[in-house]
Amino acid sequence: MLADRDRIFTNLYGLHSPGLKAAQMRGAWDGTKFLLEKGRDWVINEMKASGLRGRGGAGFPTGLKWSFMPKQSDGRPHYLVVNADESEPGTCKDREIMRHDPHLLIEGCLIASFAMGAHACYIYIRGEYVREREALQRAVDEAYEARLVGKDNVHGWPFDIYVHHGAGAYICGEETALLESLEGKKGMPRLKPPFPANMGLYGCPTTVNNVESIAVAGTILRRGAAWFAGIGRPNNVGTKLFCVSGHVNTPCNVEEEMGITFRELIDRHCGGIRGGWDNLLCVIPGGSSVPLVPAHEIADAYMDFDTLRGLKSGLGTAAVIVMDKSTDIVRAIARLSYFYKHESCGQCTPCREGTGWMWRVLTRMAEGRAHKREIDMLLDVTYQVEGHTICALGDAAAWPVQGLIRHFRHEIEKRIDEYAANPADAGVRDPEMMAAE
Amino acid sequence: MPKLIIDGQEIEVPAEYTLLQACEEAGAEIPRFCYHERLSIAGNCRMCLVEVKGGPPKPVASCAMGVRDLRPGPNGEPPVVMTRSPMVKKAREGVMEFLLINHPLDCPICDQGGECDLQDQAMAYGVDTSRFHENKRAVEDKYIGPLVKTSMNRCIHCTRCVRFTAEVAGVGDLGAIGRGEDMEITTYLEHALGSELQANVIDLCPVGALTSKPYAFKARPWELTKTESVDVMDAVGSAIRVDSRGREVMRILPRINEAVNEEWISDKTRFVWDGLKTQRLDRPYIRENGRLRPASWAEAFAAIAARVKGTAPDRIGAIAGDLASVEDMFALKSLVAGLGSPHLDCRQDGSTLDPANGRASYLFNATIEGIEQADAILIVGSNPRREAPVLNARIRKRWRMAPVAIGVVGENADLTYSYDYLGAGPDTLADVAAGKGAFAEAFAKAERPLVIVGQGALAREDGAAILGLAARLGARDGWNGLSVLHTAAARVGGLDLGFVPGEGGMAARAMAKAGALDVLFLLGADEIEIEPGAFVVYQGTHGDRGAHRADVILPGAAYTEKSGLYVNTEGRVQRANRAVFPPGDAREDWAILRALSDVLGKRLPFDSLDGLRQALFTAHPHFARLDEIATGDAAGLERLAKAKGKPGKAPFASPVTDFYLTNPIARASAVMAECSALAAGRLPQAAE
Repeated sequence: MLADRDRIFTNLYGLHSPGLKAAQMRGAWDGTKFLLEKGRDWVINEMKASGLRGRGGAGFPTGLKWSFMPKQSDGRPHYLVVNADESEPGTCKDREIMRHDPHLLIEGCLIASFAMGAHACYIYIRGEYVREREALQRAVDEAYEARLVGKDNVHGWPFDIYVHHGAGAYICGEETALLESLEGKKGMPRLKPPFPANMGLYGCPTTVNNVESIAVAGTILRRGAAWFAGIGRPNNVGTKLFCVSGHVNTPCNVEEEMGITFRELIDRHCGGIRGGWDNLLCVIPGGSSVPLVPAHEIADAYMDFDTLRGLKSGLGTAAVIVMDKSTDIVRAIARLSYFYKHESCGQCTPCREGTGWMWRVLTRMAEGRAHKREIDMLLDVTYQVEGHTICALGDAAAWPVQGLIRHFRHEIEKRIDEYAANPADAGVRDPEMMAAE
Repeated sequence: MPKLIIDGQEIEVPAEYTLLQACEEAGAEIPRFCYHERLSIAGNCRMCLVEVKGGPPKPVASCAMGVRDLRPGPNGEPPVVMTRSPMVKKAREGVMEFLLINHPLDCPICDQGGECDLQDQAMAYGVDTSRFHENKRAVEDKYIGPLVKTSMNRCIHCTRCVRFTAEVAGVGDLGAIGRGEDMEITTYLEHALGSELQANVIDLCPVGALTSKPYAFKARPWELTKTESVDVMDAVGSAIRVDSRGREVMRILPRINEAVNEEWISDKTRFVWDGLKTQRLDRPYIRENGRLRPASWAEAFAAIAARVKGTAPDRIGAIAGDLASVEDMFALKSLVAGLGSPHLDCRQDGSTLDPANGRASYLFNATIEGIEQADAILIVGSNPRREAPVLNARIRKRWRMAPVAIGVVGENADLTYSYDYLGAGPDTLADVAAGKGAFAEAFAKAERPLVIVGQGALAREDGAAILGLAARLGARDGWNGLSVLHTAAARVGGLDLGFVPGEGGMAARAMAKAGALDVLFLLGADEIEIEPGAFVVYQGTHGDRGAHRADVILPGAAYTEKSGLYVNTEGRVQRANRAVFPPGDAREDWAILRALSDVLGKRLPFDSLDGLRQALFTAHPHFARLDEIATGDAAGLERLAKAKGKPGKAPFASPVTDFYLTNPIARASAVMAECSALAAGRLPQAAE
């Protein structure tokens, strides 16, 4: 359990003002100049030492990512791009940061930009986040006003920050699609290599980071890498925002230490599972794109990258979607499949064609209108999508289906048997309508 | 050069190669749909997946992965690539299955059948059954113009067409709307494509989504006879393949010729074939009492002979048209010489180019491939987009490769690339030559400047003076940048032959004047108005302007119906081959002239095409060297550059005002007429 003194996001619930004054009283912008004066290498080394792993889902070490930026500019400017296109179903952590603690993010932007030699930072906000954009813009304006950022700011590092509002496409949260969108093009992922650190925004070295990864940077540097590294479990350290939704008594966003057990997370912050622990069916522990984990495996698991990977799932964005036994799990995953079909950009073949196929088969399975041999066929299709696409959306579409078949094959088979026994009852439903419900 | 092991075979390739290129170098066949050598890399079809050892445990798109991005093994071993491993086989089968699930099974009614990449690769890399039992996607067909037919159910979203129109053709007309499986290729509000090269997307489309509208449901590829030939619609001499069935030309496709057209052809080149079937002259005609009546060859020849006999030699003349082959003009020139007349000309547009100044004075000396080496380009009195779209695409390619200063003197038109518009007339050109202005300064510093001079600057009184100015501008040590862009396929051949007025002879426009001549031979000359008075013998293919004026009509053969030499604007000698026979009583032009010469009592000294060519090659040896460019003598050019003419004031105007209707064949084509009306805004478009 995280002690109150170790919390980074002290205004997560908006109990206090998000304004600059209040933020400064909570510790933001404290000694930022002093941190910058220690130099680029110190910042990057400290970030590496802190063991911070990217909070956007993949869990790549943030300090290492920063160090990929060229040390010397070859004439091209460097850019920091903050990925605030938080569209993963179940995830709403960046939203709270931008609403209530925007100055932590802005300070983080300055520090990160300094560490990678960037004089400009773009924050790409999800299209649906209108109020969040307003809140963040307000904070940016405050920071400019107070000369905390800007061409001629008190920190001595010329730095501009731009808030860019997306148009509401999930795929624009993929880092290269985000860059394309930021450049004014269609949001379609780029081929890699070249990676953004080499050829990113406008062909210049660019680092794309999640909001949470950037927002924690200031506090980590102020309190020291050792402090951050001391929280949590080895290789999975620090504090993390968990977004718990679904069948718990009090769904919430909460900052907790990495590696808290699932049971403790739910019991302490969410009032327990609806109907008690015996009523728990399964959990999607990291946003819709990771495979679900059944109740008996997740209950006492540590909520961190490595443990969940061991359970063939992932921490992802730590958007914990809890499902109790009232859930129609096949339909739930079919609905996620519809989401991926709807959000596939259409650029590359396996994802464009495969997401629609998986959704249609799953929809039939949700009603039982299928053959048992199709379960293995569906699984095979997911493997044909996974790893064959330009970006990770193909993987993200395949994993939930794989998780379903891995743990709930019996449920699908039961549906098929029931439908086969009494086919007249169910009737054929329009999959689009079903998805819209 | 980095080393690779591909399928167990060690190979060294240049570092800038992609993995796909390296695999091909090693002899491995890589299937692909979206990848195309001349377009940017999209990497979206995922068909070219290969396995790379040591990397992540997933297949890699070989078209997009650079060889230099591969990491060597832990002890510096070369990276290992496998194109035939089980993982690759599974990946290809998977992608192929995905491509086919929403692809209709309408091969029997698809025009792409028999030449379809998807068909071929499904046979080679696919599995034999489908596991997809849902409904297939249905996509509405789009109207994108009169040339390209769409069948969007078949689209596999490779985006080759989008990349071609954006990159090569230089128009942003095609794009994709929607996303995911709802993505559709279309033009904005289903407007027609606005490019003269648009129909190349038909060849690029790997499936039957974009097919040829005029050719729709006409023939199957395996029933066509393929004849390699060259195009005569403009002076570029694009390499084409004429597909025919029986006596009919069914379609025209491009061939690859890196030096000339790469693999593109213009829409006029591709779709002019319906003009070969309509308005044809298929028998001789004689004008009696003001009306043309059908006649036999003997009657026609007799009528000509009767007229010529009573006419003094210097009252006889001959004009060669824009589509005449070198052999035809050689035969006509020999005949006119036999009759003793100095009046002959192949420049019906009034061009002032003169073979006396040497070959270098009228060729595109920089060559079309040389455009890519140019470091500054000045376009004078030409609209290359209308006059030679394929050559214009080459200029655009150069412009896309690296920044290059391009200036235009003449029309301020959309050329698909940005340029400095300098001015409209000779004054501006003189300023550039004098080094006035920023562009002129940059141009003067260029090591390989290119001066493209169009007929708009030459077919006028002061043409010689302008050519002199241009010659001075383009001259550098070891580089001759003076490049004349012709618009007529026959022109350079005619100039090479010396088909220009002899001593005391009249040029074409003087011959056309009332009372200038008594007997005038027109060898397919339709672009010049012959004033009343002279007895006109028109030998040609179509009932066009020349035939309407004629007193005797001799039906000839079109470029697909005879073997003939053509010299393109660079001076490259190429041979067009016969794909079909001329219709009705029409004959090959050299044979008509040979027969006529007999009736006129001036028998030409050859009895076969071979005999004619022998005589031709003896007189002009460079015609014997096919696909070569005999370089011109620069001495004449220096003389030209020193000549002090006085340029006039009138602005330059391109001679091609309507790209689609530049010659008799095109004017007889219904497809070209529709395109022309569309381009002029005379046709309403869909969704408006």
